[in-house]
Amino acid sequence: MLDFVQQLVSGIALGCVYGLIALGFVLVYKATEVVNFAQGDLMMLGGFFAFTFIGILGLNYWIGFAAAVACMAALGMLAERLVVRPILGYPQFSIIMATIGLGYFLRSIAGMIWGTDDFKIETPFSQGVLRIGSLVLAYDKLSVIAATIILCALLYLFFNKTTLGTAMRASSENMLAAYYMGIPVKRVVSIVWAISAAVATCAGVLLAPITFIHSNVGLVLGLKAFPAAVLGGFGSIPGAVVGGVLIGVIESMAGFYLPEGWKDVAPYIVLLLVLLLRPQGLFGLPMRKKV
Amino acid sequence: MRFLFKTDYEDDIRLVPHSGYVLSYGALFVLLIIAPYVLSSYLMSQVVFVCIYATVGVALLILTGFTGQASLGHAAFLAIGAYTAAYLQQYNVPFPVYFLAAGLLTGAIGAIVGFPALRLQGIYLVIATISFAFIVEEILARWESVTHGNEGMRVKTIQWLGTTVPRDSPAFYFLCLAVLVLTIVGALNLLRSPTGRAFIAIRDSETAARSMGINVSLYKVKSFAISAGITGFAGCLFAHKLSFISPEMFTLQLSIEFIIVILIGGTFSLHGAVLGAIFIVMLDPFLTYLKDDVPGMVGSLAATLGAGSERAGHIQDSVAAFASANGLKGAIYGVIIVLFVLFEPLGLYGRWLKIRLFFQLFPLYKRATFKRQKIYVKSERNR
Repeated sequence: MLDFVQQLVSGIALGCVYGLIALGFVLVYKATEVVNFAQGDLMMLGGFFAFTFIGILGLNYWIGFAAAVACMAALGMLAERLVVRPILGYPQFSIIMATIGLGYFLRSIAGMIWGTDDFKIETPFSQGVLRIGSLVLAYDKLSVIAATIILCALLYLFFNKTTLGTAMRASSENMLAAYYMGIPVKRVVSIVWAISAAVATCAGVLLAPITFIHSNVGLVLGLKAFPAAVLGGFGSIPGAVVGGVLIGVIESMAGFYLPEGWKDVAPYIVLLLVLLLRPQGLFGLPMRKKV
Repeated sequence: MRFLFKTDYEDDIRLVPHSGYVLSYGALFVLLIIAPYVLSSYLMSQVVFVCIYATVGVALLILTGFTGQASLGHAAFLAIGAYTAAYLQQYNVPFPVYFLAAGLLTGAIGAIVGFPALRLQGIYLVIATISFAFIVEEILARWESVTHGNEGMRVKTIQWLGTTVPRDSPAFYFLCLAVLVLTIVGALNLLRSPTGRAFIAIRDSETAARSMGINVSLYKVKSFAISAGITGFAGCLFAHKLSFISPEMFTLQLSIEFIIVILIGGTFSLHGAVLGAIFIVMLDPFLTYLKDDVPGMVGSLAATLGAGSERAGHIQDSVAAFASANGLKGAIYGVIIVLFVLFEPLGLYGRWLKIRLFFQLFPLYKRATFKRQKIYVKSERNR
């Protein structure tokens, strides 16, 4: 039973990271119907920025964190401006390929700048554990869970209570109609990319104490975030986080209770099952057919 | 400019539209026949890889380019073909038998994958094929009694009727070339048959195809099976060319390379598969050249332009450091993909068509001829 709870907590912590990456997918997908295959690589790059500010320049953890988020938000806007905006409106295949290309580029550039070693960021939560009876929970895992809850609450408030958030929802519904209603769609999309890159950076920085940061981490985790996004229904923000947590827990349990090898495959088997049985995911709306 | 007058359907679907084709493709054929006696053995080996990649490219074009079902899992089909060949070869099965078995088994598995894929579209299909490829990769690594797990498998040279075909001999090149040519001719015939027309109809509009009486599910499964089968044949040749296979050769990276092949070549014509394969495979020799020769050239150029010898040496060193930097290949891949999607969406073959039309219509060529239409309403989500 104790093992089960330990696995559950570490699964939820890992799942929160998947959920945060999936959240980035969903934000961009909802706004522009672009699936950003470079989302994991944005996370990786965010982690490296934070490592540079905190580990190399020796800034305070929180200042370094904020600086990394700001840098990555700017980079997200730049990527949107250079790569995605010119091809908005073209078939989805082209856009997927463009973001795959972007991911390749970011990964290689990170490898060239920071090398291919593993890096670790010292955080205020790196040491110390919370003991409840005989249950031992590490602070770094709890910090991921807490941060995910805070981020989700902030995003929820942003999308439902602010004018900009409403504009984003409108342009995700129908870009052309939103444009006719006077919403500056291009700027809105740009901001969506900035938010998505910022969320990815949070995921990267929170992940750093659990898994090390290296140039390929984005590819590995980014691909695991797809099952999370699909499980939650690709267009649903709460769905992304719930899906991420479920995938994290499933992976963690499979690693503990099933023979070796199942851990890496389990998320994808779940994904295929979801696609077969309930393609709209847990929180998605059924797709309508229009001619 | 040549005008072709088509008076009936037979004229429209002819394999050889006019005599110019015979001349140009005949010349190309002669060049390909004499190639192994002219080119160096390293280049020849690259040409064999071009043939194999182009075969996979044709397979992917049938599925992605002509049926509109994107797949990022073709490395798994290639792996199944390669492992089938390697496994059967252990039991002294003759080459033609296991070659056919590799293609047929992969085709059957492709059909099985096609069934669940029927309900999926666009991004969901891409994600599902990625998952399929991951699962296959994991099975290959774990099913040790058949695949020898991560140790990999040796593949012996082809032996049939007392003759051996080493992997770097001209005979092996001719075998790969023959497979490629047969695949292309087969694909051309397929695409002008009712089946191929149905594929194209499904790509353009599934609803319209269905209302015209096309059994969409059946044709989608057919397309998956045919594409996977051709990839299986290519996998058999791939295994022989490498002479050693292991699960980590057939990763997502390879699937992406195959997609890049058709993206760079052009997704609307079979020419694209060959042009893209040439581009992707020849990138490696080009990068090696970049690493070895360009720093010296830049250094001597700097020296002739008046830089001091110390300064020129410094420039040469920094260029060399950049050229041999780890991951340069990945960065170049990324930039190439993005540039092609942004500026040359029709690929290399599209560029050739544009250049040809420019001269045919000179001076009346309009750039807008090839402009794509943008759609801002969410069509793919509701399709």
